[in-house]
Amino acid sequence: MKLNKITMAIAAGAVALTATVAQAAVNPAVVYDKAGKFDKSFNEAVYNGVKRFTADTGISVREVEPTNEAQVEQGLKKLAKRGNSPIVAVGFAQANAVSAAAQAYPDTKFTLIDMVVPEANVQNVVFKEHEGSFLVGALAAMKSETGTIGFVGGMDIPLISRFGCGYEQGAMHINANIKVIHNMTGSTPAAFGNPSKGGELTRSQIEAGADVIFAAAGGTGFGVYQAAADAGKWAIGVDSNQNHLQPGTMLTSMVKRVGEAAYKSYETANNGTWTAGVSVMGLAEGGVDWALDEHNRALVTATMESDVNAIKASIIAGDISVHDYMSDNTCNY
Amino acid sequence: MTMTDNFAIELTDIDKRFGAVHANNKVCLQVKRGNIHGIVGENGAGKSTLMSILYGFYQADAGQIDVLGQAYTFTDSHQAIAAGIGMVHQHFMLVENFTVLENVILGSEGGALLAHGLAAARKELTRLGDEYGLKVDLDATIDTLSVGLQQRVEILKALYKGAKILILDEPTGVLTPQETDELFRIFGALKQQGVTIMLITHKLREIMSITDQVSVMRAGQMVAHRDTQATSREELAELMVGRKVLLQVNKKPGNGRAPLLKVKRLSVSDNQGIERLKDVSFELRAGEVLGVAGVSGNGQTELLEALSGIVPMTSGTIEVLGFKMDAKHPLTPDRLRELGLAHVPEDRHRMGLITDFSASESALLGYHTDPKINSGIWLSNRKVEANCQALMQSFDVRPADPHLKSANFSGGNQQKLILAREMERNPEVLLIGQPTRGVDIGAIEFIHQRIIDMRDAGKAVLLVSVELDEIMSVSDRIIVLCDGEISGRIDAADADERTLGMMMANALDPIDPLQTMDDQHASSGQASSQETQA
Amino acid sequence: MKRDTRITWINRLLLPLLNILTAFAVTAIVFWLIDVNPIEAAEVLLYGAFGYEEGIGYTIYYTTNFIFTGLAVAVAFHAGLFNIGGEGQAYVGGLGAGLAILFLDPTLGAWVFIPASIIGALLFGGLWALIPAYLQAYRGSHIVITTIMFNFLAASLMVYVMVHVLRETGQMTPQSELFPTNAWMPFVHDVAAGFGYSIEASPLNLSVLLALVCAVLVWFFLWQTRWGYAIRATGKNGTAAVYGGIKPKRIIIVVMCISGALAGLVSVNELVGYQHRLIMDFHLGYGFGGIAVALMGRNHPLGIIVAALLFGTLYQGGAELAFEMSGISRDIVVVMQGLVILFCGALEYMYRPWLIRNLAPVKQQEAPTGVTA
Repeated sequence: MKLNKITMAIAAGAVALTATVAQAAVNPAVVYDKAGKFDKSFNEAVYNGVKRFTADTGISVREVEPTNEAQVEQGLKKLAKRGNSPIVAVGFAQANAVSAAAQAYPDTKFTLIDMVVPEANVQNVVFKEHEGSFLVGALAAMKSETGTIGFVGGMDIPLISRFGCGYEQGAMHINANIKVIHNMTGSTPAAFGNPSKGGELTRSQIEAGADVIFAAAGGTGFGVYQAAADAGKWAIGVDSNQNHLQPGTMLTSMVKRVGEAAYKSYETANNGTWTAGVSVMGLAEGGVDWALDEHNRALVTATMESDVNAIKASIIAGDISVHDYMSDNTCNY
Repeated sequence: MTMTDNFAIELTDIDKRFGAVHANNKVCLQVKRGNIHGIVGENGAGKSTLMSILYGFYQADAGQIDVLGQAYTFTDSHQAIAAGIGMVHQHFMLVENFTVLENVILGSEGGALLAHGLAAARKELTRLGDEYGLKVDLDATIDTLSVGLQQRVEILKALYKGAKILILDEPTGVLTPQETDELFRIFGALKQQGVTIMLITHKLREIMSITDQVSVMRAGQMVAHRDTQATSREELAELMVGRKVLLQVNKKPGNGRAPLLKVKRLSVSDNQGIERLKDVSFELRAGEVLGVAGVSGNGQTELLEALSGIVPMTSGTIEVLGFKMDAKHPLTPDRLRELGLAHVPEDRHRMGLITDFSASESALLGYHTDPKINSGIWLSNRKVEANCQALMQSFDVRPADPHLKSANFSGGNQQKLILAREMERNPEVLLIGQPTRGVDIGAIEFIHQRIIDMRDAGKAVLLVSVELDEIMSVSDRIIVLCDGEISGRIDAADADERTLGMMMANALDPIDPLQTMDDQHASSGQASSQETQA
Repeated sequence: MKRDTRITWINRLLLPLLNILTAFAVTAIVFWLIDVNPIEAAEVLLYGAFGYEEGIGYTIYYTTNFIFTGLAVAVAFHAGLFNIGGEGQAYVGGLGAGLAILFLDPTLGAWVFIPASIIGALLFGGLWALIPAYLQAYRGSHIVITTIMFNFLAASLMVYVMVHVLRETGQMTPQSELFPTNAWMPFVHDVAAGFGYSIEASPLNLSVLLALVCAVLVWFFLWQTRWGYAIRATGKNGTAAVYGGIKPKRIIIVVMCISGALAGLVSVNELVGYQHRLIMDFHLGYGFGGIAVALMGRNHPLGIIVAALLFGTLYQGGAELAFEMSGISRDIVVVMQGLVILFCGALEYMYRPWLIRNLAPVKQQEAPTGVTA
């Protein structure tokens, strides 16, 4: 009896939802990674894009935060069933689930960030993190006085090695004798949220002579930036523009515009230009970049700025090719 | 008011029920000021409940409590203490690594600054010590004191808190005869100073020798009050049990034959590497009961556990029914059981049974691999219960319910269940530790008889007990353990309490605890280590 | 005796029920404080867990995991061991299941694959518990410390294996290749379809039967065999067990292996039953959840099944709650689960003295049976 009533209530809710859908062209949704939308890093960048879309268009976006593997697929399918489209899936870990959901709901548009699945109704957005890392690596080498720079990665997975490898190539490009110290924080996802370990690694890198440290480590980065600031050394942020976190010692940030990808997906769906397929967001597409603003203006000389921008132009033009660690799981370039 | 002035304690119609159990049924008791008043009764007769009510642990459902002529309703023990009642529990409530002084003032430190309270307490305790002959080194830590001295600290503690009435629960259970004598001397001094003493015990001999009056409880009721001079042990025992009781064990002289258990130079060390058993050698023959006497904690436990394969030995050899074991080639408890060695442990709660298990499961302990109750991988619960039922019948365990949780049997019935388990297997060698500890008088008689029966059937029995009466009446030969060594061997026929007592203290000239005390004052370090050993 | 029965019922039924109600009452207050109608939330939760076939499927699918880990904790608990390494044992069990499948000829039939994967999970889960067991039995390390450490070791080991050994080339996610379809534990909706019944698709697979079989086996083993007797004796009173000729060291080894093996079976449900490949972190939460399940289920298989169902309901219903109600984030769902664990686990005896005083008065209260870890 009671369940019947509930069923009716839910059905009514679904009807109400469809009613709102009728007003807007899209009924967008997002499924975050298991880290949650307030991870101060990757997911939060997407969340900011989502927020911006709602602010700009007045269209609300349905958000799902799964807590385990099964809920990812469950969430995607349920959103599709309710008529949500496009659905943005955040993070490479959702690939299998997106693939299954896309097959089950071929009329629903899915946008998968950071990974590729070959389905007809999936838009895959991947980034050339190695290109952006190359730029900040080059800048680090220009800035370094000791000839030693550091890299602090989060979890020890190929994606993070891709950052590290691009960074090293960029530094070598400027100074073939430069020494790059690589450290990973850990081997579990917790490595993306361990600022104290990040600080420790940074201090030991500084002791070993590093004076610029690039963190590609999510929340762990805060510890890196703090330790660098304490020692009067420079640090490089990641994903979002993090220059404001430690003004004066943040040399730059390697920006990865995931929020932009979500925003674009909704926007194109709204105006009817959404297409499936793979979009690779490199320097050329504005998917990755280095950040220069009032917080790090004083640290970057005009020569550095123009040199980095020249390298950027060469990469875009194809004159410099940056090795992608994930193409062969090695950093031989 | 004036009428009751003669009485230190007057309890009128105290009633207390716990569910269906009527623990105290209109109990009346009058204890005269300055007297030593004994209270006897079997386990579960209601003595502990009555004392707990008097000490404020429980509240009576009905009835009146007058202490020193004034009516009280105690809701906790602080109020009882304030009214002048002090209690010395069977298990001491002392902090082992605190000094005597610190222990005594625990709970009444007298202000935030300890130094001031300590100085005042020292003065007061010295005065009390002089007045009552209760000498203890106030600066010795508890763990360096002998059990007798620890008990003295408990008494001091009660007096320090202003006790005019002392309740002592089984105070002599842990003492040597000499320490008991010393305790009774202190009782005398306390009595002279006007302190009233209530003594709860099951040792009728002590009741007879020290008390002025004695009250007997049975099944929740006060069944008799007697002037001690006007009664006898036999009468008291009969009042307690409700029928005539034989206090003497009926037995013919033993008839020791071939040795079934040979122990040669056995030594055992504990976890800390302290030697608990040193160079012990003896033989146990078929058809005899060998008694092991000693103050508890002098190696009896280690002896029993080494013989039954529970603790490893450090050196020596044991030969059980022709099978040899030594430190390098131990035999496990299950193997020894197979060979025909049974063991009734000293502590039934720690080792003898599993209190959370049902009676039938506890009755299986040690025999769970027996093919008679196992078919393939299946353990037949039906056969387990039938087995337990049979054991309960043969030893009259009550209630005879195999499903009942082991913890819910009275101590005596638990013990009977364990004895049944070990004895009904008809072992060749039986090790028994404290067979009648906490067991009612009626059951003691029964247990002793079963031990004698086993002996007469040609089995070898090793009996470890701290009750000298028991050792002397059941054994054929006696060895005495002191500090892990055999300090005396004697035929039961030649043994008397005084000789055994001296063997237990490993001194043929009697030791005077006060003497040792004085030595301690002179050179505390050496003397206190001596105390530890005593 | 009557009182005994009453206490048994207080312990087994009334107490858990009261604890859950308290947890729900406090949850209701939390909901009310964040402007969520608790009644509406309860309806959504129940509907999400039991209102439609897919929801029921998910609920039982989660329940299956909790039965495995709950049994794992309970078996160890009966020997007085506190195995908090269920997480790691489940994780490494997944490696066993995965390796068994990936290294067999993909053309083999399900009759080879599924038993092989189950054995792989049992073996690896058990072995992962064997090391802490050995350390406790023969080296004196505390099982609580070592098992929790082994959770971290398991995580590192699995990352290494998945990143450097099993990861599909070109794949970013550290995960193995897809298992051959022969190796998939059949989905319940597929099996039902075979019998002509149409059920909504859900991750629910036949592993749930395996879980129920395990529950029966655990019951049989613990209460109907001499080994179970020895285990329970050791747990209740180790000294008495030694006296009874039971060898505690051997018990520790055997029990921990069984416990780890049971935890390892989580991977059969998760990987062989649903994900169909070796993935990262499939085990998260189930090992620790199993502790609460075992506590609530009073370490009895029947109680564990009931408690596991409660946790399955909270998992699925909670997810539904976060999905349906905008005011509820997934963190609130975690709070709700946490409250259940708090009141049913940590504070499980809170009402006991009060209940016993009022419903079964006695001379003295029994000490609550604590964990001798």
